[in-house]
Amino acid sequence: MEKQSTGDKVFEVVVNALLALVCIVVLYPLIYIVSASISNAEDVLSGEMWLLPISFSFVGYSKIFHNPEILTGYMNTIVYTVVGTAINVAMTVMAAYPLARRDFAGRNVITALFVFTLFFSGGLIPSYLVVKQLGILNTMWALIIPGAVSVWNIIIMRTFFQSSIPEEIQESASIDGCSNLQTLWRIVLPLSMPIIAVMILFYCVGHWNAYFNALIYLTDRDKYPLQLFLREILLQGEMDTMVGAGDATHAKTVMDTASIRYALVVVANLPVLLLYPFLQKYFVKGVMVGAIKG
Amino acid sequence: MDTTSSSSYQLNSVQAKKRTGSRLLTSLRRNWDLYVLISPVIVYFIIFHYFPIYGVQIAFKNYIATQGIWNSPWVGFKHFQRFFDSYYFWRLIRNTLGISLYELAVGFPVPILLALLINEVRQKFFRRFVQTVTYAPHFLSTVVLVGMVVMFLHPNNGILNELIKLFGGQPISFMTEPGWFKSVYVFSGVWQQMGWSSIIYLSALAGIDPHLHEAARIDGASRLKRIWHINLPGIMPTIVILLILNVGSIMGVGFEKVYLMQNSLNKESSEVISTYVYQTGLLGAQYSFSAAVGLFNSVINFILLVLVNRAAKMMKQTSLW
Repeated sequence: MEKQSTGDKVFEVVVNALLALVCIVVLYPLIYIVSASISNAEDVLSGEMWLLPISFSFVGYSKIFHNPEILTGYMNTIVYTVVGTAINVAMTVMAAYPLARRDFAGRNVITALFVFTLFFSGGLIPSYLVVKQLGILNTMWALIIPGAVSVWNIIIMRTFFQSSIPEEIQESASIDGCSNLQTLWRIVLPLSMPIIAVMILFYCVGHWNAYFNALIYLTDRDKYPLQLFLREILLQGEMDTMVGAGDATHAKTVMDTASIRYALVVVANLPVLLLYPFLQKYFVKGVMVGAIKG
Repeated sequence: MDTTSSSSYQLNSVQAKKRTGSRLLTSLRRNWDLYVLISPVIVYFIIFHYFPIYGVQIAFKNYIATQGIWNSPWVGFKHFQRFFDSYYFWRLIRNTLGISLYELAVGFPVPILLALLINEVRQKFFRRFVQTVTYAPHFLSTVVLVGMVVMFLHPNNGILNELIKLFGGQPISFMTEPGWFKSVYVFSGVWQQMGWSSIIYLSALAGIDPHLHEAARIDGASRLKRIWHINLPGIMPTIVILLILNVGSIMGVGFEKVYLMQNSLNKESSEVISTYVYQTGLLGAQYSFSAAVGLFNSVINFILLVLVNRAAKMMKQTSLW
């Protein structure tokens, strides 16, 4: 490291201080929620607990795990996420591989066809009518098929195929008698695991967090994903059935409500939080591959 | 034999033109399996993206469910006229534009600043820590984010109001006062997305030639000067492209977050075009009218995108196309 002038040293201190401040602002609410979810509601509501828990209570969690609707929502979301992501990733590869091949005639036309939809769409009502006409309203397919693939992800994946998988390997495979699909399956895909991990993460998070399609396409409560129940509980205050109104005093209801809300936020994000550290090294790479030609 | 692709490069352009047709045939014959592979994706785009675009015509018709889109009677611009004349028109435009411009003014520069700052950090560990922390909120769902906002801003026991009370202020009911809606919307968005949006600038910064910095250092430039004269110009093309994309969606304030943050008390400043389309269209079953409102919205967006792209082209030679 070369010698730094005083100005540069001051600069360095200011930069680090600013970033530390940013970290505190981002982290504080996250830590607070986790602490509040395992604390006594009294301490949380009175403002005694301000960062780390000072007392422990798991009322919120036990209420959640005894609520049939939340559990149904959780199960539904898992099913939608697994099935949806599998279809998403398959469709992305199916589109990206041919488009990455230089000898695939018509790839510019097809790419243009896909990219155009980024800038112009029919809008909510015509899209809704298509789903209705297909007769998949109120089924899980309405949450999965209309978003079966994303143009951005096709572009990211195509760029990866073009820039990271040497053409020579594919050519020699084809000389050795591999068909196109065998080349894709045996050579290209095994070399593409990092980008596939990124795609899985992106699509999984998308499905896990989605509520819009469920809001417009589903009416049966037993098909609702977790996010729709979350919306009711976090935002619409429909807590009576959960806290067991009647036997409780008003103050107790308020407290249980708070505990349930904090616990719900934690439970709803648990899978994503668990995946995050494992996939982090991949997703930044993925975003950057997309950025080069995006 | 895999010589078709390489030999076609050697043809001159006249021959290449003659061969275009036969190239497609050769490709079809040799790569038929790739066409089969991509066909479900093409079918998907036709059904779920192009068919709705075709269906946009219901904005000019009186949609009658039993007649279908094709057979419903034409009514011209009747629905557009009704929208322009309606009491809500200016309120919707004001809110949609207001939220977008506010978001652009605050939310667009923050990730750039953050990336410039992160890029200056020398300690690897701290750098990774900052990145990990700031990316994390991106993965929260909109429902959870809005739920957190509501909890933290609650007038009775929200932590922010506790802080205000601590300093002797009066608690503010952020979620129900129309005046606060846009700020809460924009700043919660900055909190959630600044780290994630900074990734693309960080990658652009990583691509800057280190020789430039060395030369500037020898000339005695301070670090601040080097950011200003090297880093910022270096990522300018990325900034311009993202700015174009952002302006292109200026009328498209996302439905999800606005809808979740909306309540009957803050509606006068929170009703935007997309929530209005949902309310009148799907809940009110006025398909044609709200398709017209939606179409009006996308057309303005498209025009804005073209205009900004042209402006950027004239000034900087950087553009989307």
